[in-house]
Amino acid sequence: MEVQTLLKTSKHTAVKLSGAEAVIKTLINEGVEKIFGYPGGAIMPIYDAIYDYLDVVTHYLPRHEQGAIHAAEAYAKISGKTGVVFATSGPGATNLITGLANAMVDSTPLVCITGQVSSQLLGYDAFQETDVVGVSMPVTKWNYQVTSADEIMEVISKAFYIASTGRPGPVLIDITKDAQMSKTDYLYQKVSRVAAYYPYPKIEDEQVKKAAILINQAQRPLILAGQGVKLSRAEELLVKLSEKANIPVAATLWGLTAFPSSHSNYVGMLGMHGNYAPNILTNEADLIIAIGMRFDDRVTGKTSEYAKSAKIIHIEIDKSEIDKIIRTDVAVVGDAREVLSKLIPLVENKQHEHWLEQFKELRKTECDQVIREAINPQTPGLKMAEIIHRISEKTKGEAVVIADVGQHQMMTARYFKFKYHNHFITSGGLGTMGFGLPASFGASVASPDKPVVLFVGDGGFQMTIQELATIANNRANVKIVVLNNNFLGMVRQWQQLFNQKRYSFTTMQNPDFTKIAGAYGLKANKLLKRENIDEILNEMFANDEPYFLEVEIEKEENVFPMVPPNESVSNMLLKADY
Amino acid sequence: MSEPKNYTLLVVTENNIGLLNHISIVFTRRKQNILSLTASESKIKGIYTFTIVVKAVKDLVTKIARQIEKIIGVHKVFVYTDEEIVYQEIALYKMSRNFKNNGFNLEKIIREQHARILSIEEDYILIEKTGHKDETEELLRILEPHGLLQFIRSGRVAIAKPMKPLEEHLQELDNQYNY
Repeated sequence: MEVQTLLKTSKHTAVKLSGAEAVIKTLINEGVEKIFGYPGGAIMPIYDAIYDYLDVVTHYLPRHEQGAIHAAEAYAKISGKTGVVFATSGPGATNLITGLANAMVDSTPLVCITGQVSSQLLGYDAFQETDVVGVSMPVTKWNYQVTSADEIMEVISKAFYIASTGRPGPVLIDITKDAQMSKTDYLYQKVSRVAAYYPYPKIEDEQVKKAAILINQAQRPLILAGQGVKLSRAEELLVKLSEKANIPVAATLWGLTAFPSSHSNYVGMLGMHGNYAPNILTNEADLIIAIGMRFDDRVTGKTSEYAKSAKIIHIEIDKSEIDKIIRTDVAVVGDAREVLSKLIPLVENKQHEHWLEQFKELRKTECDQVIREAINPQTPGLKMAEIIHRISEKTKGEAVVIADVGQHQMMTARYFKFKYHNHFITSGGLGTMGFGLPASFGASVASPDKPVVLFVGDGGFQMTIQELATIANNRANVKIVVLNNNFLGMVRQWQQLFNQKRYSFTTMQNPDFTKIAGAYGLKANKLLKRENIDEILNEMFANDEPYFLEVEIEKEENVFPMVPPNESVSNMLLKADY
Repeated sequence: MSEPKNYTLLVVTENNIGLLNHISIVFTRRKQNILSLTASESKIKGIYTFTIVVKAVKDLVTKIARQIEKIIGVHKVFVYTDEEIVYQEIALYKMSRNFKNNGFNLEKIIREQHARILSIEEDYILIEKTGHKDETEELLRILEPHGLLQFIRSGRVAIAKPMKPLEEHLQELDNQYNY
């Protein structure tokens, strides 16, 4: 730190550093402690430079660049810091694209640094040259190509500022090899403003007043809490608002844990496979208060029939989300915490007992018809929900939970009892199969004191299976739970329900996963029978070592309730009507 | 749903590399064709204006404008209908000097059309006309049967009718945000 201060304050002490070393020092100045990356020709100078700084930063080597970026995303979500990724030019950089798209739609702050061929070779189809700035443009919040070492300090600091402010998102900085190798005066100054970038809108008091009036008039108000509540750390204010005006709160997939699930005003998850009550009653509400969410189509179902009897208040930091999908009556553009702190004093104490009672009744219906059987099945085969439920009970909310994408993801969202803010990570908006395994590694880097539980299907697991090596090498405390039904279950479910059981390419012939995990050096086990659940879970959580568990689950289990695609949320089905 | 019509977007930006690409991606993603696009520095140094014409329904144009405004490097996007702006396009016509002279009086046409001759070369004459599309089209129709060699028209440039200078807009914008 002393060196930094010196460098910051005095021009005369500016040291000549290589661009590559300037990259590392700037990252350290930005507070970076962990880096996920994969070396290659065009980023070799940076890898040479980091060799001298391994006492300050830790670098993790995944087995694929996609693994690096998914790990960095989970790390960022849990630590609240910006995730950092290194990759080389060409294929290294293009392997980041899925992760960038995922982070973009899930609003995760990332700074990805890619090596690039020397500037004199740009545009010549040089070896491992790809137009990474062009390719990544639609899936980054900002990107920039550095061709001179002198730009490095400012550009990287700017990258962190942009990634982490306003609605967060991924940034990619492409640095040519000559810029990494040439010398520059190291002068770091933290960037705190960028031209033509407006991350924090001032809140219009008039809009807050209008919102308060609607809330005070409402008979059947419903709060929809999204990830924005967590990103702005407005969880406590959300509880205050909900309690003061006695408003039920439903959460989106990424909004889970934004509001305590044990609270009596919590009414469950929204969306296609969310809970019954909040979906059905969305269309009964006379006021929807959407906070830090974007009306994803998985949440709204058929938009022309969505919340037709309700006025809509939309509290959102990203102005482009206003009226994008659902037309609002009152839009309050701004940070959720700031808006709520202005809004709460204007909201009157209210009681909506009868309205809340309706949620409880429908909750009971869902319990009777779906939940009870799901977590405590009376049929012989093992079910997804019961495994998730048992692990939830076992860990008592103290584990960090990662879900990959598919049926098990929806089951995890539905049946795991989350206790803490940011203890549930999944690929929400993009639905990236293969996100889970590398994300579980990143989560354990961010949260080394807690076990990380990964729920993953047999399909998604095999998409990034190579990251078993990363987990094994680092002895990361990850409990990998493969819920194996030898199917791409979610697609199979749709084929069953909507394509007359034409199971086109959804069956999987799998290897013996425990042998693979064992070969990577992980303790591995297989769960086949209900009576062994306790014993195996005890073994799994007996120590802080990684553990692999394959669960043979019933092959053709479906996730219900379900809002059929392109139908209104109030047409949610509790079971299949074949 | 309203009918598609022409909207002119004035996009006020920094002078950043890649902005044009970023802006055009917003249109491509929604499968919208850009009818015309021009870019130039404004009277404020370093601040550029893209003039983009698109034919679409209002709702979509508003969404496109908001997405463009979100791009880092874009200060503001103004959306105007044709009635709210004064706009012009410039057209160039290359005429062979061997036009058939059966009653064709180029000089008279140029005068009546408010066009002008830019240069007279050995083989051809270069004519310029500024105006709306229908006006430059009109001259095109007249010249075409008489040995027109080449025709090209620029994108639209536009100035909004409301009496508010750009500086004031930028200042207002500045006041709407915290840093």
